[in-house]
Amino acid sequence: MRCICLSGRELQGLRMNAESKAWDQDLALARIQELERLPGGLLPIFHALQEEFGYVDKAAIPLIASALNLSHAEVHGVLSFYHDFHREPAGRHMLKICRAESCQAMGCETMIRHVENRLGVKLGETTNDRSLTIEPVYCLGNCALSPAVMLDGKLYGRVSSDVADFLIDDARRHA
Amino acid sequence: MSLKIYVPGDAAALSVGADAVARAIKDQIASRRLDATVIRNGSRGMFWLEPLVEVETPRGRIAYGPVTTDQLPGLFDAGFLDGKPHKLHLGVTEEIPYLKNQERLTFARCGITDPLSLSDYVSHGGYRGLERALKMTQMEIVDEVTNSGLRGRGGAGFPTGIKWKTVLNAASDQKFVVCNADEGDSGTYADRMIMEGDPFVLVEGMTIAALAVGATAGYIYIRSEYPHAFRQLKRAIQIAYDKGYLGAHVAGSGKRFDLEPRMGAGAYICGEETSLLESLEGKRGQIRFKPPLPAIKGLFGQPTVVNNVISLASVPIILDKGAPYYRDFGMGKSRGTITIQLAGNIKHGGLVEKAFGITLREAIYDYGGGTASGRPLRAVQAGGPLGAYFPASLLDTPLDYEAFAERKGMLGHGGIVVFDDTVDLARQARFAMEFCAVESCGKCTPCRVGSTRGVEVIDRIIANEDREKNLELLGDLCEVLTDGSLCALGGLIAYPVQSAVRHFPEDFDKPAPPLPPPAAGRNQEAPSWR
Repeated sequence: MRCICLSGRELQGLRMNAESKAWDQDLALARIQELERLPGGLLPIFHALQEEFGYVDKAAIPLIASALNLSHAEVHGVLSFYHDFHREPAGRHMLKICRAESCQAMGCETMIRHVENRLGVKLGETTNDRSLTIEPVYCLGNCALSPAVMLDGKLYGRVSSDVADFLIDDARRHA
Repeated sequence: MSLKIYVPGDAAALSVGADAVARAIKDQIASRRLDATVIRNGSRGMFWLEPLVEVETPRGRIAYGPVTTDQLPGLFDAGFLDGKPHKLHLGVTEEIPYLKNQERLTFARCGITDPLSLSDYVSHGGYRGLERALKMTQMEIVDEVTNSGLRGRGGAGFPTGIKWKTVLNAASDQKFVVCNADEGDSGTYADRMIMEGDPFVLVEGMTIAALAVGATAGYIYIRSEYPHAFRQLKRAIQIAYDKGYLGAHVAGSGKRFDLEPRMGAGAYICGEETSLLESLEGKRGQIRFKPPLPAIKGLFGQPTVVNNVISLASVPIILDKGAPYYRDFGMGKSRGTITIQLAGNIKHGGLVEKAFGITLREAIYDYGGGTASGRPLRAVQAGGPLGAYFPASLLDTPLDYEAFAERKGMLGHGGIVVFDDTVDLARQARFAMEFCAVESCGKCTPCRVGSTRGVEVIDRIIANEDREKNLELLGDLCEVLTDGSLCALGGLIAYPVQSAVRHFPEDFDKPAPPLPPPAAGRNQEAPSWR
């Protein structure tokens, strides 16, 4: 009963999408089979698939349903419940911007408007060149250093509009 | 002996460059051919000073901060390895008033030890609580926790010992201990800090809980927004297994306890214990009816202790030093210490562990130093997104569960978010409803539908459409949400909304300001229940 759901893997679901592979039925099945015996294993399976492919393809739903003896509707219902799981490929980089109260108190809304205007996309959208997805998040636990953002799983504090520009430019250069 | 230099590996410290500083220090050590090692400790919780670098000297640990990489050659030249003066010199760490005036029980080791060194943990009093617990009966352990007066630190404040007793008395072959590490409240980060800065204290606390109630397996449900804490805890659990503190023979006792971390998936509602259990079972994180209580029918239908990180991390010191030691801190029915987290527009943001009873004003001014912007403080939100907005006139409220309840507020998990006079409370009330709409699990109609209607009503108030009538409607709606929701999300969302109306009526009586763009969904597709 050790941490088999995560053994040998670095953090699930938060790896840079740039490293993600294209959808592959056999690989998906292999990941599902690693985890299908885990009690309550559905979330770990989604995390594992998202780690592998950057999103959870709808083709995974029947595979998971059959492995866990669930209906397609049950699997879809869980997948669509959680904000973290993407059902289509996201951008190569993921910028999560906190817009909870502590960051609001330090002007995150101004920074968010700046980022949206500059990229020409709204929170929850991906840039046309698919280099970057920006998403709202409600608290990153860095509230003494607000405003906070997380870029590809890495936390940043005191993020002014200028700092956000720097992070975005840097990420896109390494697309 | 090699000199020790401490550079925090805490995620917040990393967020302002601690990794780069640690690398640069190693470069300096190498190029200057010095005999020194860099230890990545947890954070001391003084975040405005991060990255806070400490060096060990015969006078004790000397702190410098906030350190940037370009200042390092100068620091080495000035002799910082001997604790010599420099403009970043802060003196002996323990003597910094912010730290010196705290009562650190749960956070006694955080920032001091190497978080992943079990020998460090043990030499600083770790596993003494478990050692004592192993010599006690199950009932004696539960009584010790009950007598300490410890109440759930996640927000609800339910007596921990009573919860344990219910699980102990429930007959079952399989029981579970579940740690709620889904710390989603804005303004809170104590759980994250302890998981990154002293993870073994949580492992020990859970092990004691398991012994007390007769559980053999446990889960830590960590939110996905905390990838760093997740990795740290995963490593700590592996070390505890390797050293025989987890597994088939906990500390050689012959008792089994298996522990596994699980990652959430970005749903605030999974911080509610029954949603969390559903999520751990691999289901939608929807609220369960209570009763049955999780203590009777919890995870996979078995008796389950569900406790917050700080509650469980407080257990080892209670077992080590005894219930009276812990109980002697605090006031009224709030015993022990509270981990205050100063956040938002605050000059000296950070973690302050104090006995219950210090006032909001003392926390914000004596520790926090007032607003970061230097502008007058206008509002304070304690207890996360479901906590009330207090005006400056309520700053003398003591931090105590009952005192907050009397003022229609909530102490919650101890997060205090400060706003200066640029805040618009009508906008904050709107945000509260919007947040509830985004994060509602969809089970109860008042919360699922009422939150969206609430945003619309507040929009009409802000736009000055039938203001009086709509304010009355908002009051009605809040009442329906409070009375008609199963859990705290719908049940408490009236706190921030109505406190904003009550204490800051002038913000609801202004010409219409430009509205923010419509709320962006967090998924590409709207949740299926809408």
